[in-house]
Amino acid sequence: MNKVLMQGNKIIGEAAIRAGCRFYAGYPITPQNEIPEYMAERLREVEGGVFIQSESEVAAIHMVIGASAAGARSMTSSSSPGISLKQEGISSLAACELPAVIVNMMRGGPGLGNISPSQGDYFQATRGGGHGDYRIIVLGPDSAQELADLTMDAFDLADRYRTPVMILADGMMGQMMEPVIFKTPKPRAYPESFIMKGAGAGKSKIIRGLILDPLDMEEHNWTLDRKYQVIARKETRHELFKADDAELILVAYGTGARIAKGAIKRLREQGLRAGLFRPITLWPFPTNELRDLAKKIENFLVFEMSTGQMVEDVRLAIQGRARIGFHGRPGGVVPTPVELTNVVMRKYDRKEGIIDHY
Amino acid sequence: MMVKTIFSGFGGQGVLMMGYSLAHGAMSAGYHVTFLPAYGAEVRGGTANCTVAVSDDEIASPIASEPNNIVVLNTPSLYAFQNRVAPGGALFLNSSIIAVESSRHDVRIFKIPSSEMAEKLGNPRTANTVMMGAFLKITGLVPPDIYLSSMATVMGSKKKSVIEINRKAFAAGHEFLKIAE
Amino acid sequence: MMKKVFGRPQSMKKNIFHYCAGCGHSIAHRLIAEVIDELDIRGITIGVPPAGCAVLAYNYFDIDMIEAQHGRGPATATGIKRILPDRVVFSYQGDGDLAAIGIAESFHAANRGENITVVFMNNAVYGMTGGQMAPTSIMGQKTTTSPAGRNNVLDGYPIQVSEIFSLLPGTAYIERCTVNSPASILKTRKAIRKAFQYQIDGLGFSLIEILSPCPTNWKMTPIESCRWIDEVMSKSFPLGVIKDLPAAAKGEQKKGGPRHDG
Repeated sequence: MNKVLMQGNKIIGEAAIRAGCRFYAGYPITPQNEIPEYMAERLREVEGGVFIQSESEVAAIHMVIGASAAGARSMTSSSSPGISLKQEGISSLAACELPAVIVNMMRGGPGLGNISPSQGDYFQATRGGGHGDYRIIVLGPDSAQELADLTMDAFDLADRYRTPVMILADGMMGQMMEPVIFKTPKPRAYPESFIMKGAGAGKSKIIRGLILDPLDMEEHNWTLDRKYQVIARKETRHELFKADDAELILVAYGTGARIAKGAIKRLREQGLRAGLFRPITLWPFPTNELRDLAKKIENFLVFEMSTGQMVEDVRLAIQGRARIGFHGRPGGVVPTPVELTNVVMRKYDRKEGIIDHY
Repeated sequence: MMVKTIFSGFGGQGVLMMGYSLAHGAMSAGYHVTFLPAYGAEVRGGTANCTVAVSDDEIASPIASEPNNIVVLNTPSLYAFQNRVAPGGALFLNSSIIAVESSRHDVRIFKIPSSEMAEKLGNPRTANTVMMGAFLKITGLVPPDIYLSSMATVMGSKKKSVIEINRKAFAAGHEFLKIAE
Repeated sequence: MMKKVFGRPQSMKKNIFHYCAGCGHSIAHRLIAEVIDELDIRGITIGVPPAGCAVLAYNYFDIDMIEAQHGRGPATATGIKRILPDRVVFSYQGDGDLAAIGIAESFHAANRGENITVVFMNNAVYGMTGGQMAPTSIMGQKTTTSPAGRNNVLDGYPIQVSEIFSLLPGTAYIERCTVNSPASILKTRKAIRKAFQYQIDGLGFSLIEILSPCPTNWKMTPIESCRWIDEVMSKSFPLGVIKDLPAAAKGEQKKGGPRHDG
């Protein structure tokens, strides 16, 4: 397979097309405009491809609902404020058990915020995001290669569990070019019986989220929850980097994890044996894997481009078994590995461990 | 080894093309590479810049707070980026347009009258490629033959004649610094 | 053997309507089901019911149905129709659904000329939530949220959806009907049939607006409600064909025909 140099947003588009995505609806918002542009071009070329520039993010996600119900691999993308608008439909997708892929190229918030890379939407993504009792699978790529691989995987996961899957990256991942090799996607395995295409001569089908009887709705909630538990058991992914001999573990994802890797190399040059725990699935969070690590390592430092969101999942995983520190840069600031190196040196003492820990 | 370079100028000078072609060349030469364009309102305002990181190891951040090199095609870009260059780094100036002197004395400064040279070659739009010739001559980041083949690749569907004049522009930039030294 | 002259349409389930006495939804449901039977399209029709009183429409229609969130029916219908262009797709929407919360989705589906049919139930009030003001409540109409009567300074004006949509080049056929008498019901049936036929023929976006009685929230008897449509409501929302591009193109335009031709 050929290695190509491509921009992150376009990589997502190309990976989606190769994975068989045939429906895209979206509304332009920086820093992800190259996704709709790329899809507009590519969906013209492939058989059965449909691209719609919708009147709003709200309309886009509801078009995706229709296309998904009608049997197409479907995707929409946006950035933070637009993802807030899509939550109504994401909640519906979860309720109706429809597969879809949603891309969030996060930017600084809250409100309109700015267009710089940020990780402020972690809570929104990993707690479901919209109303009601549900979760969505959230994948946090940290390289061009993972943008391609995880986009393809997202369509498979969405089908397998009939649930929306979110790619959670940020403006930097979307804008950056890096070499990438597109893997060969698996053929789609989605039962025909799930697809709504008219009743034919048979029984008619209903796709709905409205269940007025509380006991029936409760059962639907438990059914969804059992599915989420299976996902949590089977689908967690994480990466360990220089963790074998580490005295201190940084926990970071996406762009934050790249910066952490840079800091770890510098820290090791200064004699501090730091390592990285990088969640790749943000939901389900690799809780057990992190907890296991806390059996032998006493000090953790969470780094996020936010005021501290994933750090709560880290605390829940570690449950007081180790010291947890935090460094955050919210609002669209991307700190350098040098800054993070200095912060770690300040916050970690060889004898005392993490200072001002949780 | 990790080398970060910021390319900057105004929109239309082919600033992004310089970064893109370098990144592609470095990838072809077997390096890890990232290319990060400045995006958003800033780009539309008339200035354009991008950052290329080339390394023999994984690249942590594609952002350069302290680039090893800057290549600037206009005066505002010089002011914007000259103070960021790491001491001992290199600064490449389009001296056809930039009449002022850099305030830095701890970096190597290379002045290339690339706009005039491009004009002489018959295509003023190749000033960026002239700069690339000079840049790769000094930094040696990517061998010229690999770079030129990447340049042709990223130019894609452009006419053969366009690629040919860019090859000449590259050679002129490459030769220029040899003569100057 | 006696000939059956009246029965349940094939496209309806054997459920009893939950709608209030005198409500127009049950009539509109039945008319749609009759048309689906008549055109023999039960197996290829997909309906998109809304939030509101008709949210349980899938309990009555024996066709494939996917419930839309409030106002998003035309977006969901767009997604389905673009993937399955040979299916017959309709959304069923109330006045809040179409003219308030979903005006953008409806307007833009119409403007794109999506080859779908919208059945628009206009009863000038929010039924399911208990009688609040609708975007189509008429001037002076008392509702629970316009207790002194609709007032243009506070509330703006009733939206004439059909007239506004008829200005969009993307729309092919728009007619405003009602279901307050046997004659008007038959007319509405013809309009729905025409809209579905146009869709089957690929002629583009059609909208059938139905002025529909809501005795419960109008605080009237069913008979008073039917009369109110004739005497009051239809003055704000004149009945008739608003736009019929295919007919105009065929030169079949008759008296009382399209007032706008886009």
